[in-house]
Amino acid sequence: MKNYEMMVIFTPVLSDEEFKAAQKRYIDLLTANGGELVHSNPWGLKSLAYPVQKKTTGIYWVVEYKATADFNQKLNVQIHRDEQVLRHMYTALDKYAVEYNAKKRSGVQSATEKAEA
Amino acid sequence: MAKNEIKYLTAIKTEQPKKKYCRFKKYGIRYVDYKDVEFLKKFLNEQGKILPRRLTGNSLKYQRKVTDAIKKARQMALLPYVTDLLK
Repeated sequence: MKNYEMMVIFTPVLSDEEFKAAQKRYIDLLTANGGELVHSNPWGLKSLAYPVQKKTTGIYWVVEYKATADFNQKLNVQIHRDEQVLRHMYTALDKYAVEYNAKKRSGVQSATEKAEA
Repeated sequence: MAKNEIKYLTAIKTEQPKKKYCRFKKYGIRYVDYKDVEFLKKFLNEQGKILPRRLTGNSLKYQRKVTDAIKKARQMALLPYVTDLLK
């Protein structure tokens, strides 16, 4: 079971419960295929740095999960079929990334803030 | 010798450039998060272009991690590809 992280941008026209329904749909797909949700983090409406498909804002959703390697193929089919999704990106997480995310969630002041200070 | 060339006995003390250090090694950062936009902005100039290693002072291994993270952030519209007065 590898660690993955997926970031999805939905169309801003999406209402709140549609947004929740979309999240639930992907999370159910994940658990149905034996994956395990680590953390779901909806950022909500954010303005985009440049217009994507003629829209300047989007609803961001970041989800961190564990899954077998072939699960991403199924997820890919679903996401490409879903036209509410403007853009999506999966990233595989190595052990430092997982540790970083865990530390970030637990509120410990991560090294990057120290580096900024 | 040229008429106006002035020869000093001792070398003029040129101002020492601040010793650059790789902040990733110093602070022990092992992963550059593409979602952490504020941190990534330190490696971009005004136009949103990636700063070269000789300016950021990063070591090669971490400069590559930073460029990967910046390109991912650009892809997900967290950072612009090109802009003016980014800061």
